[in-house]
Amino acid sequence: MEKLKNIEELKNLRAILIEEVFKQEKDKLKVCCGLPCSTLGSHKVAKALEEEIFKSGLQIDVVKTGCQGLCQRGPLVRAEPYSYFYQRVHPEKAKEIISITYSAGLPVRELLYRDSFLESPKKAMEEIPFYKKQLKVALRNTGNIDPFNIHHYIAIGGYSAIEKMFSSMSPEDVLEEVKKSNIRGRGGAGFPAGIKWGFARKAPGTVKMVVANGDEGDPGAFMDRSVMEGDPHGLLEGMLICAYAIGAHYGFIYVRHEYPLAIKTLKIAIKQAEELGLIGRNILGTDFDFTVHIREGAGAFVCGEETALMASIEGKRGMPKTRPPFPVESGLWAKSTVINNVETLSNIPYIIEKGADWFLSIGTQNSPGTKVFALAGKVKNTGLVEVPMGITLREIVFDIGGGIIHNKKFKAVQTGGPSGGCIPEQYLDLPVDFDSLSKVGSIMGSGGMVVMDEDNCMVDVAKFFLSFTQSESCGKCPPCRIGTYQMLQILEKITSGNGEEGDIERLESIGELVKEGSLCGLGKTAPNPVLTTIKYFRDEYEEHIHDKYCRANVCNLGIFRIEQEECILCGLCKQVCAFDAVKETRRSFFIDRDYCTKCKSCYYACPVDAVKINKQRDVRREEELKMPGTE
Amino acid sequence: MEIETIDINKNIGEVGSILREHDKKRGILIHVLHKIQEDNRYLPEDILRRLSKKLDISLAEIYSVASFYKMFHFTPRGKNIIRVCLGTACYVRGSKKFLAALEDEFGVKSGETTKDLALTLETVGCVGCCGLAPVTTVNEDVIGEMGPKKLETLIKSIREEEKKEEVG
Repeated sequence: MEKLKNIEELKNLRAILIEEVFKQEKDKLKVCCGLPCSTLGSHKVAKALEEEIFKSGLQIDVVKTGCQGLCQRGPLVRAEPYSYFYQRVHPEKAKEIISITYSAGLPVRELLYRDSFLESPKKAMEEIPFYKKQLKVALRNTGNIDPFNIHHYIAIGGYSAIEKMFSSMSPEDVLEEVKKSNIRGRGGAGFPAGIKWGFARKAPGTVKMVVANGDEGDPGAFMDRSVMEGDPHGLLEGMLICAYAIGAHYGFIYVRHEYPLAIKTLKIAIKQAEELGLIGRNILGTDFDFTVHIREGAGAFVCGEETALMASIEGKRGMPKTRPPFPVESGLWAKSTVINNVETLSNIPYIIEKGADWFLSIGTQNSPGTKVFALAGKVKNTGLVEVPMGITLREIVFDIGGGIIHNKKFKAVQTGGPSGGCIPEQYLDLPVDFDSLSKVGSIMGSGGMVVMDEDNCMVDVAKFFLSFTQSESCGKCPPCRIGTYQMLQILEKITSGNGEEGDIERLESIGELVKEGSLCGLGKTAPNPVLTTIKYFRDEYEEHIHDKYCRANVCNLGIFRIEQEECILCGLCKQVCAFDAVKETRRSFFIDRDYCTKCKSCYYACPVDAVKINKQRDVRREEELKMPGTE
Repeated sequence: MEIETIDINKNIGEVGSILREHDKKRGILIHVLHKIQEDNRYLPEDILRRLSKKLDISLAEIYSVASFYKMFHFTPRGKNIIRVCLGTACYVRGSKKFLAALEDEFGVKSGETTKDLALTLETVGCVGCCGLAPVTTVNEDVIGEMGPKKLETLIKSIREEEKKEEVG
């Protein structure tokens, strides 16, 4: 590839590419090769399709794209220009796809999406409820183009934002446009990106830095991974625009080590952009220089915090520092540094291209634009969704997510990863934006959204999150290091049946202290899952403490009993019990409480669910007082 | 990788031109540690000693950095590395049970390596594959939608590999 010497050459190249490489009307099969679909074998599907195309002699391109969203139904394939959407495609189906779709122009019916086998299948992606309410901005190219091919990106209009920027905008114009769009940081705190850039521009010194934060450590969040793997050039273009606006010449992308594919994709993207002269010295013949380096993390959640991230890039222990000074004043190697989340930066090219007014027309007044959520947990359709801000949680969970699996009862949705909170059913109609989520005690966070049903114990969930933040605490400041440990000890005590009166209050007061006293965002938000679950599910905590009972049967609590009327006398419970607690009489089985360790082996073994776990109080009432049970 | 021949300027890239010598050496430390670990599957002490001389960073400092990050290990690791994801989505879909089953099967606790260095069992925060929870990774491969059957095949394949090696 030859370097592009000016903006005209980029325009010409695009015109050629649109005609020759990525023609709109051309027959294309877009095979999703994101990580989940690859796991399900999409590379084999792509290979089988290529072989079939070769045999048939047709002219069809197979495009290996990034994540198309509906990971649960992978591997996904889209047949263009018919826009048929195939799900759960197996390599054996390749022949049918080629012959039926491309020779006859018809969809392969059995591969189409349908909600249940009673409903008629849906042909196009847009008809599927999962995609209907979505609006793609940050993910506009993910799933549409081959991320390893810069030509695809340019052909669908990529790098046209920098074209516009270099030809008609001064750095101040760019800054004004971003400020006007009021785009807020997608990494969690929601600080307006334009204001951050403004500070950096004004900061003294000639050397400035741009850092893209791709250290997506939140368990249950994978949107940055999808952007980096599916649309790496979108991120590079965003960084370039940011660099131009603040006058930076050095860029870093910090990617966590757990994402090897993202690192590989970005490395190739940077190389291709350098070859075309879109990154490097004298970009497109202007006197603007910008280089991008990748820095790998090494497995530390706290490195997602900006000051810790910078320490890690500098080669130190990834521990946060006090702010001020903020990174925009003194960041990497004491130079002014803008750190933005990957998703924020990949929104930028679109804002420059289409203008701030367009961006402001999406979403709510205080939180314009869209947000990508990683919908996971107990919903039917898991995957990556991008929705305009202000949509309600109910729409996301029930319309897009398709409701709870096995039609169980919804209990809570956890937003914002381990720093966020659990939101109960009564707030399901809450519009999703930065401010309303923080009002109910949760945060937007990076956008993880984990749905829980009645089989999840909220105390156990709180314990899970806290054990995560506790083990990830860097140990620098005592409130976080000691506070989270103490809270975890109390939760351990409660879930193992040793909870005492006053434990809930103790959790609350330590939680508030940790929130107040911690140095960085990790500690300040670590108690959130505990505090919100106490706020909304206090009765579950009380049941654990007073009744030694877990209503979701997750914690090993409660009294085990065999319901004689339901028992079919198969004897499986007796076989599995390692402690000989299940006794046999002539015509019944019963559990000897003195021997029972509450290991739940019998509970899982029983084929007819005759092993019941009850509250101590109820059992006593029933047995000693001979009163009918309440359950 | 030969420690003595590391090109510091090449590793740090363009940004090196504005940095002091010491900052440059610091800046490539984590990158080099990754490389060493790739070659040896852990960080051997003698190599770290040589690295300390090369980069002018005391061994204690290197240890302090390396021990901070979870990815770096100071003891030899198994041939196969099984990581059970305990991220939120996997956790609510019951990945704890698979971890317990694997612990029982191979007689190691999470984070430990079997005596014959055949296998290391670990947990991981999230591999970003939540759509397919619960997830387990074996070396670089990701196994999604883990169930009892898939678990059995996984155990079987590892056992068979062990046997093959014993014979060979």
